[in-house]
Amino acid sequence: MSVAASTSMNYLNHDHSIKSWLLTKDHKRIGILYLVVISLVFLAGGILALFIRVEQMASGQDIMGPDAYNQLFTIHGVLMIFAFIIPAIPSILGNFVLPMQIGARDVAFPRINLLSFYLYVAGAVIALSALLIGRIDGGWTFYAPYSIRVGDSILFVTMGVFVMGFSSILTGVNFIVTIHKMRAPGLTWNRLPLFVWSLYATAIVQVLATPVIGITVLLLFLERLLGIGIFDPALGGDPVLFQHFFWFYSHPAVYVMILPAFGIISELIGTFSRHRIFGYRFVALSSIAIAFLGALVWGHHMFVAGQSALASTVFSLLTFLIGIPTGVKIVNWVVTMYKGSIQLRTPMLYALMFLFLFSIGGFTGIMLGVLPIDIHLHDTYFIVAHFHYVMVGGNVIAAIGGLHYWWPKITGKMFNETLGRIAAVLIFVGFNLTFIPQFITGSRGMPRRYYDYPVEFESLNLLSTYGSWVMAAGLFLIAGYLLHSLFKGKKASANPWGSLTLEWTHTNPLPDPHNFEQTPTVTRGPYDYHLAKELFENESFGDGLESDHVPELDEKGQAKA
Amino acid sequence: MAEVSTVKAERPEHLHHHFVSSEQQFDAAKMGMWLFLVTEILLFSGMFVAYTVFRIWYPEVFSHSAELLNWRLGGLNTIVLLASSFTVAMGVHYAQTNERKKLVRALILTIFFASIFMVVKYFEYTGKFAHGVFPGINFNPHGTAGGLDYAAYNIPFAAQFFSIYFVMTGIHGLHVLIGIGLFTWLVIRANKGHFSSEYYTPVEITGLYWHLVDIIWIFLFPLLYLI
Repeated sequence: MSVAASTSMNYLNHDHSIKSWLLTKDHKRIGILYLVVISLVFLAGGILALFIRVEQMASGQDIMGPDAYNQLFTIHGVLMIFAFIIPAIPSILGNFVLPMQIGARDVAFPRINLLSFYLYVAGAVIALSALLIGRIDGGWTFYAPYSIRVGDSILFVTMGVFVMGFSSILTGVNFIVTIHKMRAPGLTWNRLPLFVWSLYATAIVQVLATPVIGITVLLLFLERLLGIGIFDPALGGDPVLFQHFFWFYSHPAVYVMILPAFGIISELIGTFSRHRIFGYRFVALSSIAIAFLGALVWGHHMFVAGQSALASTVFSLLTFLIGIPTGVKIVNWVVTMYKGSIQLRTPMLYALMFLFLFSIGGFTGIMLGVLPIDIHLHDTYFIVAHFHYVMVGGNVIAAIGGLHYWWPKITGKMFNETLGRIAAVLIFVGFNLTFIPQFITGSRGMPRRYYDYPVEFESLNLLSTYGSWVMAAGLFLIAGYLLHSLFKGKKASANPWGSLTLEWTHTNPLPDPHNFEQTPTVTRGPYDYHLAKELFENESFGDGLESDHVPELDEKGQAKA
Repeated sequence: MAEVSTVKAERPEHLHHHFVSSEQQFDAAKMGMWLFLVTEILLFSGMFVAYTVFRIWYPEVFSHSAELLNWRLGGLNTIVLLASSFTVAMGVHYAQTNERKKLVRALILTIFFASIFMVVKYFEYTGKFAHGVFPGINFNPHGTAGGLDYAAYNIPFAAQFFSIYFVMTGIHGLHVLIGIGLFTWLVIRANKGHFSSEYYTPVEITGLYWHLVDIIWIFLFPLLYLI
């Protein structure tokens, strides 16, 4: 084994050609390809959001007319949902980390993995090209019949969503087969890292739910092209049927968004509390339960759409049920920290932010499941604030935390910890400042997707816009110091956080192209920090002081070489 | 220094570097194909739901409109697809017993039956178009054929029936075409001797795909043609 980390071959330096990157089958490189493209999509979607907030600073026209505004929030939604949040954690961090966390050399189908990436890019480009064809407005939910009337651009958006959906399905298939068939010897389901469990549950939802949006957009495409009359009432169709079709995917889709985030939080809290995850089995199985229950509640988006009172009641009850496994997860994470050895490094700050922000988002979601409340709050800014708390406060915060956590493994560099903490604070303050006013305006009746609003809501909207600037500053700061670390960052050690999962067991910080020279044999759980003294050669771990490897224990509990 | 098995004779050519054994690779391929088939079922299920919903709302219109479909041709197509599933299963068997020539013949027969299916569908579709039975807003049945007065079927919501008919059989037909393409590729490879009892994974998983295409038709046929 080579000792000099800088000269040994790793997955980044073994081939520098463009072809070796663009035609790579290495899951780690594919993860990086996704990281680059998805970051650009996030930048675009975020800039659109900033423009929305500038327009909403004051009532009346500020920087754009109503037509432009309607297209702006539509594109913001389409980009952020289909092209950013659904692929982000599975395709970036899942791709990079999953095979290593199970001791495999790659995913089950590396070529299909690469195909998934190109399908994603193609789909995103097709969807965006709709902007050149014509207008896309009416919101990312493109309800019929308006979406059928809006012009030819809908054909491109639907095609783009279809192609991106295919990418998501293939990633899901890949991950399920990988987790079933390629775990290292000794790695039983009960010893899997919780990030792997969460990716498994996510993949199940991706495989089962995404085809439904596929057929939905296909039928919408045919409705627009041929007038097949399924959704358009003028032709004998039913627009509420469109909503059922649409939400049957789009609700499970939010579990695709949040389940991988839950997985990341488990990793972060386990590592930075140096403590086993309390209730491991419950946390693992609750992901599956959430995936299952999530398929049963789509009607809670349709309480005022004209479905029957009985249907609404049933959907409402099922919506409450999902709160239970989710709530227990939050409690388990908090209990994990109790009597742990907590280190408030940057990734941990994001995990703590997640607990607070996602709890608000989840709790307001349960509130919205209450029928008499939703009647008033549907289509108001309360909804907008709710879903931004779960999507941004939940998914994006966890994703940023995960990116920081695995950054040394991906790049071999450490980022500036002080700047990391400053950015975290900026994001926390900025995010709350952006969206708490929206809970208030929404509960007072301010509608969403409206270009203008009554003057009485102005001061809160102004606050919200200022918040968006603070948050943007935090995000740009992150981009800045992460990019800087690529060139000038301190070289990372192999296991800077002192974590116990398999991806940290390389002797060199950057993994070999094939991940492991010898397939590891697993004899312990992923959060057995009570064994830390035996497993690590010294007791100074996780302070940026390095543990270079994590030896396994033999039958007598002695560390093996 | 860990010894990784790099001796070429020990690692068969078809075994990819990230798999430990041929069994693992074969199992993974089969599981992957089954999962993909589940997604296909869900894709079609959207159309089945649309069919069910409209049928519950307009039952008489749907059963009446089905009279314009030729159940004999549909029945012929059913038998043809079942035969093709049989030939593909025989193909897998011949691959497992290293009978290369019989494998090639079985695959060619499968393509032959699949092509008959497409030819029958071609005649069905063009027959409908000739009488103005189009999907969507161009639905305008007229003329007579086989004792049927097409214009009498120009009733509200009959257009929905035929839209669903064309969309469902159209997407199914697209999958048959894709299958023909896949089997053509398999015939070429089988002829070159790429498959043996050691490695016949592409035959196996394409066979699985084909069985799904067949079983979807088994559901389509009675729902659209018979009731």
